[in-house]
Amino acid sequence: MIGQKPSIERGFRRLSLMVVLWLLLVAPFASAQTPNGEPITIGFSMPLTGGLAVNGTSGLLGMQIWAEDQNQKGGLLGRPVKLVYYDDQTNPALVPGIYTKLIEVDKVDLVVSAYGTNVTAPALPVIIQHNKTFMGLFAMDVNEEFRYPKYFSMLPVGPDPRAAISEGFFEIVKANKDKLGLKTIALGVDDGEATRNTADGARANIKKAGLQIVYDKTYPPTTTDYSPIIRAIQATNPDVVFFASYPPDSVGLIRAMHEIGLNTKICCGTMTGPQSTSIKTSLGPMLNGIITFDFWLPAPALRFPGVMEFLDRYQKQAAGKGVDPLGYYLAPWAYADLQVLGQAVEGAKSLDQDKIADYIRNHTFKTVIGDVEFGEKGEWRKARLMTVQFQNIAGTSVDDFRDGKGEIVIWPEQYKAGDPILPYSSIKH
Amino acid sequence: MVSVDLLINAIVAGILLGGFYAAVTVGITISFGMLDIANIAQPAFILLGSYASYIITYYVHVDPILVGVLMLPVFYVIGMAVYRLYYYSFELRGEQSIQGLAFFFGLLFVAEVSLVLIFGVDYRFVEAPYIGPSLHAGIVDLPLRMLIPCLVSLIMIALLQLYLSRSFIGRAILAVSQDGLALQLMAASPTRIKQIAFGISVATCSLAGTFLIIIQPIEPSIGRDYIGRIFAICVLGGMTSFPGMVAAALLIGIVESITATFYGPSWAPAVAFGFLLITLAVRPAGLAGR
Repeated sequence: MIGQKPSIERGFRRLSLMVVLWLLLVAPFASAQTPNGEPITIGFSMPLTGGLAVNGTSGLLGMQIWAEDQNQKGGLLGRPVKLVYYDDQTNPALVPGIYTKLIEVDKVDLVVSAYGTNVTAPALPVIIQHNKTFMGLFAMDVNEEFRYPKYFSMLPVGPDPRAAISEGFFEIVKANKDKLGLKTIALGVDDGEATRNTADGARANIKKAGLQIVYDKTYPPTTTDYSPIIRAIQATNPDVVFFASYPPDSVGLIRAMHEIGLNTKICCGTMTGPQSTSIKTSLGPMLNGIITFDFWLPAPALRFPGVMEFLDRYQKQAAGKGVDPLGYYLAPWAYADLQVLGQAVEGAKSLDQDKIADYIRNHTFKTVIGDVEFGEKGEWRKARLMTVQFQNIAGTSVDDFRDGKGEIVIWPEQYKAGDPILPYSSIKH
Repeated sequence: MVSVDLLINAIVAGILLGGFYAAVTVGITISFGMLDIANIAQPAFILLGSYASYIITYYVHVDPILVGVLMLPVFYVIGMAVYRLYYYSFELRGEQSIQGLAFFFGLLFVAEVSLVLIFGVDYRFVEAPYIGPSLHAGIVDLPLRMLIPCLVSLIMIALLQLYLSRSFIGRAILAVSQDGLALQLMAASPTRIKQIAFGISVATCSLAGTFLIIIQPIEPSIGRDYIGRIFAICVLGGMTSFPGMVAAALLIGIVESITATFYGPSWAPAVAFGFLLITLAVRPAGLAGR
């Protein structure tokens, strides 16, 4: 008996050691079981060529990183995740066919939208017909007419998207109205779905701001020379200039503004394009003074858990691929788009489209771009937009824009990093 | 009331734009107008010219227009090789109409996808001292980004016109555009002449592409925007005439610019193409057609 005691102690010691080793080595991976079975497929179209490809490719990389992460964590419902996507060439006419193929031929389990309003809106009738839950990515108010209950928008514009996107710009206008004597405004609008919706909201905000519209015209996105548009705007001598533009036309407009020397007090509304790194580096100091919107920047208040780690991995993978090297504009949102869908599938414990939609409607989601909650029309319950001004940009290298450098948040107060430099015409470019 | 300043500036902007349109159309005037080869891959060659300028100026800091000039022989050789392929595959068998069209469609897509694979879809641009500044001559603004491509384009077309009207090969090209058989009876090879002419048409893309990347940042699919416009200008100009093509390009540029300035930019393409239809109704052979 006496001789047994040490062996029992040894046995306990060994057992304790094994438990400790199991806790240290095995437990961290216990939840990340290798997914098995048929993959859960997520289908979407994406502008990988054409005018929106500059952001579409960045969004795709964000989604691919999510799929990698999710498969490492054990997939969805224990099954691996697979992305099935096609290039829509930034051509809205191709989108219905792509989604019909995804649903009827590829038999995907889940569908999400492409990047952008113009290529999301044409998908909705197909999605509604097949009764699928649908996540929209940077699609401006596309559910206004459809009111489809299983649509959810990954765009932080709140319940009144059309007006919200330009709200910050007009808050700046109102704050400086008396000081700068702002009375008139000119609107130049790209002839596309997203930009026309944005312009509708801007007109409502203009009314509230008490400005008189002296120029209000659309232009085709295939315009080569924008100088006639800028001259026509200049001829009306507006105090404020507002553009609702897409990436290629934003570049043309900014260059023409610079060449002609646009003389106005506040510019430029809701330009899409200056948020992308390649466009920032192509324009450099020409961006100085331009006020537009942005959805996320690496400002301290916006560094939500996981976002910087995600961007670090994104930037490593984007290098050399011809994809937006910084990825601030779309990539985190594309990642978060699938985080919401993934959490909803896990939460609903099912691929049933109604159950997933119910789950999304009734829960708050923790994502890399912060907490997300959906409300009316599937839009965000509360808007979370930023108005930025490009300031003191001296060069055209990627480093001139790294960590949000040169792009100063001027609204809302919560994220504000500086005051606007006004009037626009006083700024050296 | 129409402001005189605005009108003059609109006309000047139209001329500058027209100069650029002439540069992108001159190759089509040779291939489609003179050789009857519907080279719808022309925008792809133009983009190839843009990317050649981009990549060379990225590594060697030289002027993009100089790159465009230095790349002319390379594009000439590419053009001759493409014609050879087209000739043996289609023209020799008399299958150039539909199959030839499909060939150039295919070439357009292959070139576009290759550019996507090599360069990605991000916007690419070049830097030059004349991108950004403007000349201000009285009430007229002349953005150098538009002015320099316009001037170089007109010089290139003038030199080509001289070559066609004064050199033996140039005259043979004009002859083959009128009657290939008659040229053959005079002991000249129409195939060889067409090969040289097609080489020249593709060589112009080197400079046209350089102008494009000077005027706007490019991505691989941007060439598609120009397909309709360049064929319209070629037809309006009278198919085979350089002066007619330049006049048509300037007219389309001016019409677009005036419409954009006074009536709204959305109307500009519609008015320009409406103008084309009216001109062809009145003069079916185009401005300088015979």
